[in-house]
Amino acid sequence: MTSDTPAPAPADGTLDTAVMPRATAPPITGFRAILRRIGAVLLKEVLQLRRDRISLATMITIPLMQLLLFGYAINTQPRDLPTAVLLQEQSDVGRTILRALENTKYFRVVRVARDEQEFDRLLQSGTVQFGVEIPANFERDLRRGDRPAMLVAADASDPVASGSALAALTSLTQTALRNDRAIPEQTAPPFEVRTHARYNPAARSQLNIVPGLLGTILTLTMLIFTALAVTRETERGTMETLLAMPISPVEIMLGKIAPYVVIGFLQGTLIVAAGVLLFAVPIFGNLALLATLTTLFIATNLSVGYTFSTLAQNQLQAMQMAMMYFLPNLLLSGFLFPYAGMPQWAQYVGETLPLTHYLRIVRAIMLKGATLADLRYDTVALVVLMLIAMTIAVRRFRRTLD
Amino acid sequence: MSEPAQNAEKPPDDIAIDVENLTKSFGGHTVVRGLTMQVRRGLIYGFLGPNGSGKTTTIRMLCGLLTPDSGRGTCLGLDIHRDAEIIKRHVGYMTQHFSLYQDLSVRENLEFVARVYGLRNPRAAARGAIERLGLAQRAEQLAGELSGGWKQRLALGACTLPDPQLLLLDEPTAGVDPKARREFWNEIHALAAQGLTVLVSTHYMDEAERCHEIAYIAYGELLAQGTVQEVIDASHLTTFTVSGGRNLSALAAELEKREGITMVAPFGTSLHVSGPDEAAVNAAIAPFREDRDLVWEPSQPSLEDVFIDLMSKTASGKAKGSGS
Repeated sequence: MTSDTPAPAPADGTLDTAVMPRATAPPITGFRAILRRIGAVLLKEVLQLRRDRISLATMITIPLMQLLLFGYAINTQPRDLPTAVLLQEQSDVGRTILRALENTKYFRVVRVARDEQEFDRLLQSGTVQFGVEIPANFERDLRRGDRPAMLVAADASDPVASGSALAALTSLTQTALRNDRAIPEQTAPPFEVRTHARYNPAARSQLNIVPGLLGTILTLTMLIFTALAVTRETERGTMETLLAMPISPVEIMLGKIAPYVVIGFLQGTLIVAAGVLLFAVPIFGNLALLATLTTLFIATNLSVGYTFSTLAQNQLQAMQMAMMYFLPNLLLSGFLFPYAGMPQWAQYVGETLPLTHYLRIVRAIMLKGATLADLRYDTVALVVLMLIAMTIAVRRFRRTLD
Repeated sequence: MSEPAQNAEKPPDDIAIDVENLTKSFGGHTVVRGLTMQVRRGLIYGFLGPNGSGKTTTIRMLCGLLTPDSGRGTCLGLDIHRDAEIIKRHVGYMTQHFSLYQDLSVRENLEFVARVYGLRNPRAAARGAIERLGLAQRAEQLAGELSGGWKQRLALGACTLPDPQLLLLDEPTAGVDPKARREFWNEIHALAAQGLTVLVSTHYMDEAERCHEIAYIAYGELLAQGTVQEVIDASHLTTFTVSGGRNLSALAAELEKREGITMVAPFGTSLHVSGPDEAAVNAAIAPFREDRDLVWEPSQPSLEDVFIDLMSKTASGKAKGSGS
């Protein structure tokens, strides 16, 4: 640009190149120039990062959350598992055994069943993990040395949850009555514990994992589908056109969610089919009920994802929010670790996650043959969570560009 | 939702836009300040002003995309606060940046718009628009692959598709070549001839001159409105065109220092020299008329002269508005 050519002939020389300011010193070259350029990009990244609060928050909260959840909430040897008892006789020996049961710390008696039917229902609905039955004439048989049998029914649909507790039972029989009245000390245990692993007698982990995966995969994919739904429109500028048209936020939301319900349903069908064909997972319950509640679960997750997309400012933020939400789903829903083994606060958190309820639903239907009546609570919970998410989304969705 | 009962206090039927004291601020910065204007039906109304002057904000308030902080107004006889949702049905809004779906084809975009507006036969409506706009060859092309001129046509097609009564066009011809611009304006005039009201914002002075009436807005305030001639007359500027001489930039710098001259603007090989007071301008340029090389001619101020004059007056009146 240093034109030393004679002044441009006819024009009035309005563009006077001599006025152009010149660099006072020659630019840096060589290795220092490389460092300088890297430094320039570095500085720019730091400046941009400082303005991206959500990314920063993610960087801090994700490790913290992981640490806290793994550290406090997760227990692969869960204690205080909810247990129901059915006492066919009222005896001191029976009470002593139950106390010993609770002393193992694995069992916590939460319900006393009136009869066999209630006992079964408590197990089937997942209200309790274990059921302990002291049969009639237990004390009499014990004193006679007839080695009566105490029945322990375990919900083995989650083998991890029941495993350690069942193992602890063996020592129980040895020690339970040692200090008790006049039960002669024998080499053989004075009574027998008959364990019955229901719903998954072979303790095959696939039976637990496949339904769990169905819920987890659906959560992840559905979240990702809709988490970008609104932010994409905002980022591409198409939101302005959309808002200028006579269409309401609810209409936009339902229109955006609907196609993914179908996709999610196909995905769910695929997973269930693979589970049945490849892993021989049974479906004891009603297939139509499973399909209906799965659709409800899909819609709930899509609503949650859509809510994120109305909260986030850009697509990256929306993805980060979805990830931050997915993590507790993985850890606190009962997918990876037994729900009953988590501390109370973690269980409260778990109750707010759709996956927790769906896992109970899908395991109960597939493995236990549960009916809608058994699953009332979790079904209602899913509906409520979906409506909450939709309400937030619609209220957060701005009709204007203000 | 049913059509609103025509409200009692509505303005005369021939007024499409009637707003009073519209004010809007973002984060403490007032973008539109007490804007009052009326646009008659069937007119092409040019909306001019520098960047950041509040044109886009005003247009967005008119079509319900932004809520005014204060002020009242009607658009097509409908209250802009209360009836924003109904206004949207009858107003076509063309955004400054292309905001249709880049990953949908021309036809799909138009059909989408037709469906949202509840047209009875969206396919036929889209087909009709494609023919009218001469987009038949490109109907199946993705909107994102179109050139600027075609995108602009598509956008115009989309916002006229639902048969609106009012078109709000926000810098529709930015970045479009002269031929496409001319065709675009022919189309706008054709639409206006059918009774459509068009409010169009622009930076281009030649486009302003194609409008029936114009309004000039700067720093959020309406500074002038009327026909182009009315706006020029109202400015009371005295303008001379000076040409010749070897160094016009030096001349311009000298002239600018003179008392009575408020504006010196280069136009190719000549300068426009203007001031608000005729006698003062004459006195100021008197010494330069001695120069044999320079040719002085009294001339009418151009629209641009008027606007720049208006702008500098407002700017100096304010405590340095934050330009954008």
